[in-house]
Amino acid sequence: MDTPIISARNVRKSYGRGPNRFDALKGVDFDIHEGESVAILGKSGSGKSTLMHVLALLDAPTSGSVELQGVDTHTLKGRRLNRTRNRTFGFVFQQFFLTANSSVLENVILPMKIAGVGRRERKRRGLAALEQLELADKARNKAVDLSGGQKQRSVIARALVNNPRIIFADEPTGNLDTTTGGVVEDILFGLNRENGITLIVVTHDEELAARCDRRIVIRDGMLVEDSKLVTA
Amino acid sequence: MNVLDLIGSAVSNTFRSKTRTVLTVLAIFVGAFTLTLTNGLGTGINAYVDDTVTSIGASDVMTVTTASEDSDPMGGTDSEPTEYDPDTVASAVGGVPGQTVVALTPEDLGTLADVEGVLDVQATKPISPDYIQHGDGTQYVVGVGSLVTGQTIQLAAGSEPDDTSDELQLVLPVTYVEPLGFADDTAAVGETVSISITDAERTQHTIDAEIVGVAEEGLASPTGASIVPNEALTSELFSTQNIGVPTDEQERYAQASIWFSPDATDQDVTDLKAALADAGYTGTTVDDQLGAITTVIDAIVLVLNAFAVIALLAASFGIVNTLYMSVQERTREIGLMKAMGTGSGKVFGLFSLEAVFIGFLGSAIGAGLAMLVGTAISSNLSGALLSDLPGLTLIAFDPASIAVIVLIVMAIAFLAGTLPAARAARADPVTSLRYE
Ligand SMILES: Nc1ncnc2c1ncn2[C@@H]1O[C@H](COP(=O)(O)OP(=O)(O)OP(=O)(O)O)[C@@H](O)[C@H]1O
Ligand SMILES: [Mg+2]
Repeated sequence: MDTPIISARNVRKSYGRGPNRFDALKGVDFDIHEGESVAILGKSGSGKSTLMHVLALLDAPTSGSVELQGVDTHTLKGRRLNRTRNRTFGFVFQQFFLTANSSVLENVILPMKIAGVGRRERKRRGLAALEQLELADKARNKAVDLSGGQKQRSVIARALVNNPRIIFADEPTGNLDTTTGGVVEDILFGLNRENGITLIVVTHDEELAARCDRRIVIRDGMLVEDSKLVTA
Repeated sequence: MNVLDLIGSAVSNTFRSKTRTVLTVLAIFVGAFTLTLTNGLGTGINAYVDDTVTSIGASDVMTVTTASEDSDPMGGTDSEPTEYDPDTVASAVGGVPGQTVVALTPEDLGTLADVEGVLDVQATKPISPDYIQHGDGTQYVVGVGSLVTGQTIQLAAGSEPDDTSDELQLVLPVTYVEPLGFADDTAAVGETVSISITDAERTQHTIDAEIVGVAEEGLASPTGASIVPNEALTSELFSTQNIGVPTDEQERYAQASIWFSPDATDQDVTDLKAALADAGYTGTTVDDQLGAITTVIDAIVLVLNAFAVIALLAASFGIVNTLYMSVQERTREIGLMKAMGTGSGKVFGLFSLEAVFIGFLGSAIGAGLAMLVGTAISSNLSGALLSDLPGLTLIAFDPASIAVIVLIVMAIAFLAGTLPAARAARADPVTSLRYE
């Protein structure tokens, strides 16, 4: 079997020190392969977002390691770490994190601007991504003027514009009504199926989790269920 | 993120919260405006002084006095009493009144002529007349200025005194025209005035001379409010004044003028001064004398600039505040940018460029407006209040110092921006993204 795109090895994450110490993750192990769609489930405060941040290299684990295609990410520092994040990951956060007074297009091309892609190329790819999410007519609008669903679609356009290999989505439908949520899900799974982008979704929503290839359940910082291990 | 994108983002971020930016820019504007004006004042006045050096002309002339032990150029700062020296004469021409110098004798003039680099020597004859009078009009106190070759007078009417003529001629300062009873400058030319002078035996003599010209009064005019006699009148006045003075004391001069090569370099002039010093004399060029004026003006401008800089410092706290607020507001955006792979250096650059841009806006607008206002003020003043000082542009601007001001303000803004920018650069992406 090929090298997993991400593997977590006994990942622990603690916050605070001494008596205030809180263990948000208490030793988590799993492998995720390229092209999988994985749901991370768990109650509020169980450590899902913490796990996602560690997997996305936004936060270093207190102990244990995260490997990206067999490379221990401890060894990635500074510029290389930033490059890896920029090239490999796309993010959809629970909140939109759109810059309110900039245009939708400006918001969408941000990852390419960070990557140093040329102006013309940025615009072309940004418009293409908006086209894909049926938002081309809103490109010039201010982000603040969009509806909730349109905002979430802009965020997805931003997540995929740089051709990432993994998209991390934290509660991508949490803010949306069922219908709009369904549309956003369709888009994400479409990307997963058609472009082979690995999808890691953090959610409360059992229905959304059911659409994923695999579910990982966290309780109090521990992995309590991994559907892959059960079926395997 | 490449540099152009970084600058572009910084500039557009600046305009994101317009009111705040405008207020900060305004604060910097005040400082830069003041700094530009005070600087312009210095430039204007110093340029005028420099120009007058040329009108005083004679850049190849040096004034020479004997180097006395307490040859403090300003004189009198020494608290020790000076011992009496029978060779001492009160310097009537130039210098501080009451300042004494050891007189130059004909032998001294000979020695001076032998110093290397000296082309010609001419003693300055000190003349102190009692008054000047036209007809039976009021008598006015007047000084006599001496004009050495190469110097020019800014004439309001008439011509310069003719040194080759045997006629007794003089040029009258413009301020004396009306008091002496002439209708206007042109009317004075060709008229005769009487100059009264007292000799060593306390007898008063009156000498009549013709007015050939009327002199404009400049800030550093070579003669001040003095009449400028021609050679013939000078000799006449001098010999009259010396009636009764023992012959061996007659030829005593407070100072002399020496000529050197007109194309002497600064180094040559320095060498010549050294040579004079070795021979026991002090040489002062016109530039040296004006240097003192320039120094005073520079000092005043420096004090004014200090106030402007204080205003700028206050404004820079405004920048610190604005950017801290900006960093606070954009915590999530910073977190997102970092999550997407923006390095800390770039985040720092983004915010400090924003500060620099605010500084640039404030200083460019401030300097620009100051130049407009300054030019308007000085053209208004030179027509009215300062019309007696022709050629004076009170507030002048030179592009280099304007550029320096803008750069300095930008540098101050950058320094002010480093604190908030460093905070933004340190921000941890996860914490920033969790920030509500
Ligand atoms: N910086 C921190 N300092 C201390 N404790 C923290 C910190 N960040 C997270 N925690 C704690 O870690 C635990 C896991 O947090 P996390 O955000 O991963 O929960 P979650 O599973 O994503 O919950 P939710 O579904 O509500 O988003 C929580 O109890 C939280 O209080
Ligand atoms: Mg969470």
